[in-house]
Amino acid sequence: MNTSNILFDAPGPKAVVRHRVYTVLTILALVGFVLAVLLRLDRNGQLAYALWEPFVTPEYVQAIWGGLLDTLKMAFSAIIGALVFGLVFGVGKMSEHRWLRWPSWVVVEFFRAVPVLLMMIFLYFAYGLGKDAVLSSYWCVVIALTVYNGAVLAEVFRAGVLAVPRGQAEAAYAVGMRKAQVMNLVLLPQAVKIMLPSIISQCVVALKDTALGYYISSPGLTFVGKQIYGEFQNQVQVAIVITAIYVVVNLILSAIATWVQKRIVGEKKALAPTPFGITDADTGATQGGGRI
Amino acid sequence: MDDVWNNFDLVVRAFGMTVGLFLAAGIASLAVGLPLAAMRVGPVAVMRRAAATYVTLVRNTPLLMVFIFVVIALPRIDITFKSIESFQEDAFGQVFISAYFFRATLALSLYTSTFVCEAVRSGINSVPLGQAEAARAVGLTFGGTMTQVVLPQALRATVPPLTSVLIALLKNTSVAAAFGIIEAAARMKYFNNRTTEDVQVFLLFALVYVLLVEVVSAASLVLERRWKAAR
Repeated sequence: MNTSNILFDAPGPKAVVRHRVYTVLTILALVGFVLAVLLRLDRNGQLAYALWEPFVTPEYVQAIWGGLLDTLKMAFSAIIGALVFGLVFGVGKMSEHRWLRWPSWVVVEFFRAVPVLLMMIFLYFAYGLGKDAVLSSYWCVVIALTVYNGAVLAEVFRAGVLAVPRGQAEAAYAVGMRKAQVMNLVLLPQAVKIMLPSIISQCVVALKDTALGYYISSPGLTFVGKQIYGEFQNQVQVAIVITAIYVVVNLILSAIATWVQKRIVGEKKALAPTPFGITDADTGATQGGGRI
Repeated sequence: MDDVWNNFDLVVRAFGMTVGLFLAAGIASLAVGLPLAAMRVGPVAVMRRAAATYVTLVRNTPLLMVFIFVVIALPRIDITFKSIESFQEDAFGQVFISAYFFRATLALSLYTSTFVCEAVRSGINSVPLGQAEAARAVGLTFGGTMTQVVLPQALRATVPPLTSVLIALLKNTSVAAAFGIIEAAARMKYFNNRTTEDVQVFLLFALVYVLLVEVVSAASLVLERRWKAAR
């Protein structure tokens, strides 16, 4: 929607002049900020080539590439696990049986409310350390991300199934399908189509959260970065390069999500699960708030 | 578990730190996020573009990397925020804000303000075009259109997405554990190191988090009910 139509009229001559002044001031402020940053970097010798050299040295580039692959692998495994987890508990929450609905509800709400990092620390210290360690730090990250994103996706699945028009289920029952058939053959296939963009943007969340593995020294981009700045003392440069990699990968994922939204879903607005614990949010404004 | 019960004051203080970070960063992110949203929907193209770039960049950066920038990279160019500590010793006395706390708050607010911006923007966008058109048609001025028609509706629509942003912030305070703050997650690690009953310790800490999250969402539900109007 074009917000400019809502909030203000077409500017008159005075307003045009005022906007020009704001434009110039903003540009000056931005240029000043960039200059100040560059000067500051230069004064502290941070622009020296030696500090940037690792990022054009083949061995280090390879190490960063390896870290990126680890990060992507962790995010990918977590999303696959989260899809299964979300499907099971999302359908569980919609069950007609109370003994299924309640435990699913408890599991979903619990894992949505617990910080991913708390989960990782727990898994690592309970099962990843000592003689009887059963989990590597890699798997601690994957499991923590799986249950958190799974709980979020459970809500997405539920919202997706509820978004399928009621007549679909009614028609399926009318032609004599059983409950499981209605869910598997009629509702879920249509719901998945609606949910695809949400699922892809959840991938962005999972990818960003793999960075938390830093705290329990799991492999991945942040771990490689830590090793590099441990060796060269180039914290600023590592932070810039690693962040740039994350941003680029995330932007690619977002672009895919937008494309899928346009190609497959059409002009319908994207699904958004209701915020935690809010059940009567009928404002329709949850989209765009973004998941974190 | 006895270890935890005997040192329960440590648990309370750790969650106090979590709540303190949440409040400080929450207020700061609202203070930065609202002007950012105003820039994002405003009439000046350069401001719109600048705000959009900032939001896109930071939203796609992992919070941990924001922390690394603020806590690990900034000291390399001589920005440590140590002056905050020395300034306070004679200024406040009782309430002491350490440089660690300030940096963690800064990192959390830089990150969260972008989500606040998007939540507010989506609230403004959710006001149907016809509302403003109708307001103008009946002769309201720009100020009247905004204060009487658009903003009251936008504010209501902003509550649910803003709540999820604040809940995420509450959980994100745990990242400060990796950067020298003894909040709940760091405290749980401390107890996990000393006990074999990891599961019970985890459940205790996790349930307090669940409780805190419930408090935030209950508060938002109260606001939403109070502001609810027939549309």
